[in-house]
Amino acid sequence: MMRKRNGRGAAARGLDGIRPGSGRHDTVGAREAALKVRAGRARGATILLWVAMSILLVSFFRLQILGREQYELQSEENRLRALTIPPPRGTITDRNGRLLAENVPGYSLSVLPGPVDTVRATLLRLAPHVGLDDDEVEELVAEYRGRPSSSVVVRDNLEPAQVAAIEQRRPEFRTAVIEMHPRRYYPPARQIAHVIGYVNEINEAELEQPQFEGYESGRTIGKGGIERQYERELGGTPGVHFVEVNARGSIVSEFAPRPTIPAVPGGDIELALDLDLQAMADSLFPDTMKGGVVAFDPRNGEVVLLYSHPTYDPNQFIGGISSADWARLRDDPRQPLLNRASGSLYPPGSTWKLVVAALGMRAGVVTIDTHMPQSCTGAYQYGTRAFRCWKHVGHGNLSLAGAIKESCNVFFYQLGLRLGLDRLLAGVDGLEFNGRAGLDLPVEARGQFPPSREWYDERFGRRGWTESVTLNLSIGQGETAQTLLRMAQFYGALAVGGSPPIPHLRRSEVLDARRADWSIELPDEQRRQLLDALTRVVNEPGGTAFAYRPSDYVVAGKTGTAQNPHGEPHSWFVGFGPVDDPRIVIAAIVENGHPDNTVSLAVPLATSLMQAYLRTEGVPATGIPYPRPGSRPTPTVPAPGTAAPAGAPTTGATTTGAGG
Amino acid sequence: MRERLERWVGDPGLVGGALLLALVGIGMIWSAGQLDVPSVATGIWRRQLAWLVIALFVFAFVSRVPLRWVELGSPAAYAVSVALLGAVLFTGGGRGGTSWFQFGAVSFQPAELAKLGTILMLARVLGNRQEQDPRLVSLWRPLAITIVPFSLVLLQPDLGSAITFGVILVGALFWAGVPLFTIFMLVSPGVSLLLGFSVAVWGGWFIMVVGLIYLRRPYLIEGVGVVVANLAAGLIASPLWNQLAEYQQNRLLVFLDPGRDPRGAGWQLIQSQVAIGSGGLFGQGFGDGPQKRLSFLPEQHTDFIFSVVGEELGFLGVLILLAAFAWLLRRMITTATLATNEFGNLVVFCLFSVWFAHLLINVGMTVGLMPITGLPLPFISYGGSFLLMTFVGLGLAARVAIEH
Repeated sequence: MMRKRNGRGAAARGLDGIRPGSGRHDTVGAREAALKVRAGRARGATILLWVAMSILLVSFFRLQILGREQYELQSEENRLRALTIPPPRGTITDRNGRLLAENVPGYSLSVLPGPVDTVRATLLRLAPHVGLDDDEVEELVAEYRGRPSSSVVVRDNLEPAQVAAIEQRRPEFRTAVIEMHPRRYYPPARQIAHVIGYVNEINEAELEQPQFEGYESGRTIGKGGIERQYERELGGTPGVHFVEVNARGSIVSEFAPRPTIPAVPGGDIELALDLDLQAMADSLFPDTMKGGVVAFDPRNGEVVLLYSHPTYDPNQFIGGISSADWARLRDDPRQPLLNRASGSLYPPGSTWKLVVAALGMRAGVVTIDTHMPQSCTGAYQYGTRAFRCWKHVGHGNLSLAGAIKESCNVFFYQLGLRLGLDRLLAGVDGLEFNGRAGLDLPVEARGQFPPSREWYDERFGRRGWTESVTLNLSIGQGETAQTLLRMAQFYGALAVGGSPPIPHLRRSEVLDARRADWSIELPDEQRRQLLDALTRVVNEPGGTAFAYRPSDYVVAGKTGTAQNPHGEPHSWFVGFGPVDDPRIVIAAIVENGHPDNTVSLAVPLATSLMQAYLRTEGVPATGIPYPRPGSRPTPTVPAPGTAAPAGAPTTGATTTGAGG
Repeated sequence: MRERLERWVGDPGLVGGALLLALVGIGMIWSAGQLDVPSVATGIWRRQLAWLVIALFVFAFVSRVPLRWVELGSPAAYAVSVALLGAVLFTGGGRGGTSWFQFGAVSFQPAELAKLGTILMLARVLGNRQEQDPRLVSLWRPLAITIVPFSLVLLQPDLGSAITFGVILVGALFWAGVPLFTIFMLVSPGVSLLLGFSVAVWGGWFIMVVGLIYLRRPYLIEGVGVVVANLAAGLIASPLWNQLAEYQQNRLLVFLDPGRDPRGAGWQLIQSQVAIGSGGLFGQGFGDGPQKRLSFLPEQHTDFIFSVVGEELGFLGVLILLAAFAWLLRRMITTATLATNEFGNLVVFCLFSVWFAHLLINVGMTVGLMPITGLPLPFISYGGSFLLMTFVGLGLAARVAIEH
């Protein structure tokens, strides 16, 4: 209404106002027309104004009223950064509750996301304070480029002095975040290195793996051993803490309007391992030698000891191992990172003879008292070749029991031939010596044994081999290699009968109940005859382990000497005890630990560990089933926990020494 | 009382509305400096307040100068402003071009002065036009007057300001009563240039131009000339596009598709929309907009100050501020209508056109209705010389109201 009146008024006034001085009639008409046009134009401009304003208002209405929720969310996402709160990992304890892995306070340093150049500049400024070199900076930048929405973890293990240095220069490092977080620590350090593994930041490759689905970059995960095996339980669930940042990514406020989601700590895990036994193995192991030892309870498979030598300190991996330390470990010719107890294969040597004996008895080609046609004269002639016995003067004519006790090769050559290659291959295959024991560690080596004649054909050609391979296979040489654990599992099966348990490090009734799907399938009587022979190995003069028999318990076992291309033969011992009610089965190897027939380093190691374990478990000391010859001096047996000389005693033993 | 006021300022509603907007502007500039991070905008509201005081004195002075003198001085003002526009190309500074002079802490954009000079010159020329002549040729003088500053500004390059010169010309012709079809013929090649990006759209436009010219039968030569000009504009559109600076291209492309470059050219628009959208009905509170506080909002004290209004005062604040602008602009139309002085009412209508265009382009760009250009919001955006020139214009409008 207002508009119209104004318009008309303008026209009325304009009549006189426009072009003063012109008074002619025709111009008055033109003037009137011009004023009409002017009034129309004013109306047009006003309408245009209202239309434009309406369009603007509608746009604002759409954004502010209809789109409010969406834009509010976007505004929050703009300025809120989610920082991960690392969950404390579960602790790991041994069977007696002693800590194998715990968490101590540690400081991590990370840089918030932002433009790549800003991130790089911050890293370069941080470099002198945390000891980064240029290459490491570029690596971190490259890592950030790959995942531009997450923070870059610079260091996981800041020293307090470094924390102080950065905090003092806070204004320089607006996008750097120092967080206190639980840091992994392994109190027993080197004693448990190969069991426990270690933890570190998840890497690109692991992020892609299905087992780490849902994990985010920067997360600490188990990288090996128990830490990796039980990652899902130990790891816990990270929490989220929101901070407010500005457009450049600098933190403006620690208190964001979104609530913090607390981290859920990981679950604790108890291992069957006996830390004392680990420590003892570490101290007893001949320091300059390599090898390993593993022991488990043959009744349920609880692994009480798993030790590999040389070892290392897993703590140096926490928060990222320095490249120098890593190079030292990786390039060490003694290969400390290798798990020799369950991850390495060795020719089983004479410990294998029990496998052949059991198969022979099962096939009915031999009994415990059977003598072989040829007496041992130090060698066995097969075709054009003489196969040697370790005892050059020969063992004479032995029964199976005697041959086990004295580890006579010549006897087992003939037993192998009598059994025949086909039955040997099939029997061993039935005992799954081509498989794994099933230990709960991420890595376990798979045993090797020729599965069939075809294997030989493929490997050597149809005419490239003869039945003579049977002879080597019968004494655990040739084309076979097994882990300590796998051999121990076989002896465990022998010790208790039936299907053996599956060795496992974690204490768990579920795991206790699991059984391997094979068994020796020997009647109990015959199995006991074999146990008796194994008992003689340790407890009767002339037995190959007699010099190292424990003082308190009657144990049984078999020595072994594994010929190998890397120097002196390896020294083996696989045994169990007490014989009447086996509580522990143990397998030990000392590489190149059998330089001559008077020294076999694995035997005293294994028997003293067995005795120590049985003592701590409170197993009552048992008598000695076989009379000790009075003339013989008592062999030195290291008391548990003392660092006895691990070298073989040479106390006048003439007939002792490991079998070959 | 009212008569006294009217004698002093001509239209108390117009001047009062303008003063109110300028004060709101000071408040918004204060808010634009309230950030959680260091910002150039912190504390600048004091400088803007000082400029406002100066601007009020200038307003008082200008509104005391008789229109006759102003009309006489128009050619001189025009000549000086055009000369300055030429000079700034050689000596000036600015973002991505040369658009301002720097005197110590004070910078001055000659384009703002040139807008006034052009308005005055156009008003003088059109106000003295004796009869309506439907021929395009009769418009050669206003066209020439506009083309010179338009081209100089385009060379800076400042597309936004250049467009406002076009708006001034169209506004002046519109108000002077030039037939709409004549204006259409004049403007049509420019539209062809804008639509040249798409053959189909331009084709449709071109057919419409030809059809209208056929129906209205203007002078043959001019009709043919306009058709040829449209054809030529459509053809040179893409070579001309390639002549644009990259940031200008991006601004236009982002206008069509903000998601095109969300971290780069699209950033400003997206952040502005987020700021406005999250304001809701009542806003986040004066001074408390998180988008602004954390400096996600770019140019929050100049080009995007209206986004701060949207974020902090909400839809209600936007509604009130737009209503105030509508009131002011409406008063400008009324003043132009009431004015008996032909020069005067042309000046007022041209000022209306420029402010209206600034408002539409500036506010429109904060919500994505318009491409992003560096045009400030009159009375609100930070900028001393711009505020000064706005108040010179307001002074002229007041003088027109006083004299009618």
